[in-house]
Amino acid sequence: MNILVCIAKAPDTTSKIAFSNDNTAFDENGVQYIVNPYDEWYALVRALEIKEAQGGQVTIITVGTTADESIMRKALAIGADEAVRIDADATDAFFTAMQIAEYAKTKNYDLILTGKETIDFNGSQVGGMLAEHLDFPFISLATKLEITGSTIFCQREIVGGVQEVEVQGPAVVSCAKGMAEQRIPNMRGIMAARSKPLTIVDAAPIDSLTSFTRYSLPAAKSSVKLIDPNNLDELVSLLHNEAKVI
Amino acid sequence: MNLVYINSINGLSKTALEAVTYAKKLGSDVCVITNGAASNDLLSTLGIYGANKVLIDARIDGQDPGQLVKLVWAAAQKTGASTIVFSHDLVGKAVAPRLSVRLKAGLVAGAVSLPENDGTIKVNVFSGKAFGYVRVNTSQRIISLLPNSIQPEQTGQNCPVEAFDSQAGTSQIVVKATKKAEGTIALPEAELVVSAGRGLKGPENWGMIEDLAAALGAATACSRPVADIGWRPHHEHVGQTGIAIRPNLYIAAGISGAIQHLAGVNGSKVIVVINTDAEAPFFKSANYGIIGDAFEVIPRFTEAIKRFKEAQH
Ligand SMILES: Cc1cc2nc3c(=O)[nH]c(=O)nc-3n(C[C@H](O)[C@H](O)[C@H](O)COP(=O)(O)OP(=O)(O)OC[C@H]3O[C@@H](n4cnc5c(N)ncnc54)[C@H](O)[C@@H]3O)c2cc1C
Ligand SMILES: Nc1ncnc2c1ncn2[C@@H]1O[C@H](COP(=O)(O)O)[C@@H](O)[C@H]1O
Repeated sequence: MNILVCIAKAPDTTSKIAFSNDNTAFDENGVQYIVNPYDEWYALVRALEIKEAQGGQVTIITVGTTADESIMRKALAIGADEAVRIDADATDAFFTAMQIAEYAKTKNYDLILTGKETIDFNGSQVGGMLAEHLDFPFISLATKLEITGSTIFCQREIVGGVQEVEVQGPAVVSCAKGMAEQRIPNMRGIMAARSKPLTIVDAAPIDSLTSFTRYSLPAAKSSVKLIDPNNLDELVSLLHNEAKVI
Repeated sequence: MNLVYINSINGLSKTALEAVTYAKKLGSDVCVITNGAASNDLLSTLGIYGANKVLIDARIDGQDPGQLVKLVWAAAQKTGASTIVFSHDLVGKAVAPRLSVRLKAGLVAGAVSLPENDGTIKVNVFSGKAFGYVRVNTSQRIISLLPNSIQPEQTGQNCPVEAFDSQAGTSQIVVKATKKAEGTIALPEAELVVSAGRGLKGPENWGMIEDLAAALGAATACSRPVADIGWRPHHEHVGQTGIAIRPNLYIAAGISGAIQHLAGVNGSKVIVVINTDAEAPFFKSANYGIIGDAFEVIPRFTEAIKRFKEAQH
């Protein structure tokens, strides 16, 4: 089984979010980057489990700059066999997806996995875009994944429930919570990662379709109004008359 | 012309009405494209929310995003739409990116408001901790609207419904089984949500949470550890790694308010926090707070809601 896992970097979940240059750029000061949790915990680990059970190769791919190599090494330490970095700033989801798709076209992957979304720009876009460009089926928000021959079985989220579906591969699957359990890389994995291949590929000429012009922070909540725990009628009346939500 | 894709498989959801209202507010005529077996009578009511016409392809069951993208693409070709609107729900998230590639049209994913004066559109970024303003660099654009960002508005009257043959081919996804949580309100669409965390001590204590939710007509949610230890089903888990919701009212009992939890709920319009610990971080993000024991406060809250509802009748 030949599996490609798309790995993005994301600010650590406890990062303070701030902007610089007149609110046009994310302020990276003091920000720790991690592997986007959905990509690491679910997509990568499930790919490794399938490989361990059936044999094959797990390749991780990142559209990014040299600064992204530390998170790629982490993915190798967890167990991926090889890494590919497409050397470009991931300017928008379309650009990112087209770069990955162009690369994937030259290989024979049985399965391409992405995370549910990146926790910084939260678009949930790259997986569907990849599928469209490659003309593959797309299963989004899968919480279980099995593969037998070319048949891919998934459980996916639907409004108010879950559904079990089957599709003939190759396919793109976006991975959500439930698919696998987080793995902590051990010392042997970290050592082995140093000698695993990390190939750098030139970016294809592709234009972004969108751009972020600026950012803003939500208005701070005015301080909390405390209610007497013995006077819940007051809370109900505030929710009705002041907040107008009930 | 603005085109709106709606999923009408389970009738007309609130998110569908929001998307139609949004397209109407963008200006110009609105055409809706949908699939499945909804009746013409039901679909024609979309006119009340601003649709001029509804196209439906009854052959398509809506399970395969690869087929749905062909449906919406065919409708976009037919209508010459300059803007295509989706709801940023489970279906929209799967189909809109595919359409962006097929049309080579920029996608604004997770819009929270109408375009600004400079044409950019505000979206949620950093899991709701900030907003970004997206410029689309193509003449045609696709917008997927985050649920509960605008309220449906009734401005028009019933509109015509036409059958549409999209020639979208067959579905490549075979559905083996569907399990729906019966009788409960779907969390992503709920306007009122009652949520609880580890402070509740055990799954046997969720009866009072369900009672409060029932009294309000709210959906129930929980923090991540509660889903992880199996006290509550996974689909109720909100936050950074669960689902993000933005109801009008979020009531959190026995939840500390960790940053990863807030990431899923800080888009809520009003937050009520009930916690025994006056220092719990959640109070900083709350509009109303009760420092007290959930085991005493929640049943009293339920009684107060019932009194209020009775007085309204
Ligand atoms: C990468 C990452 C991602 C994460 N993603 C998520 C996520 O998506 N969603 C999420 O929720 N968490 C997430 N977490 C976990 C998060 O950091 C917190 O650990 C979690 O939210 C805490 O859950 P809790 O508030 O239910 O429990 P606790 O932190 O144990 O808090 C329980 C609270 O209940 C109060 N309490 C106790 N008894 C009572 C009582 N009788 N009445 C009222 N109050 C009482 C206590 O004072 C306390 O504030 C994530 C963590 C990481 C590292
Ligand atoms: N720069 C990138 N390089 C590789 N994969 C990416 C990149 N950005 C996003 N992805 C993948 O696409 C998924 C969805 O991202 P997004 O569309 O940004 O929400 C992520 O979970 C990753 O698996």
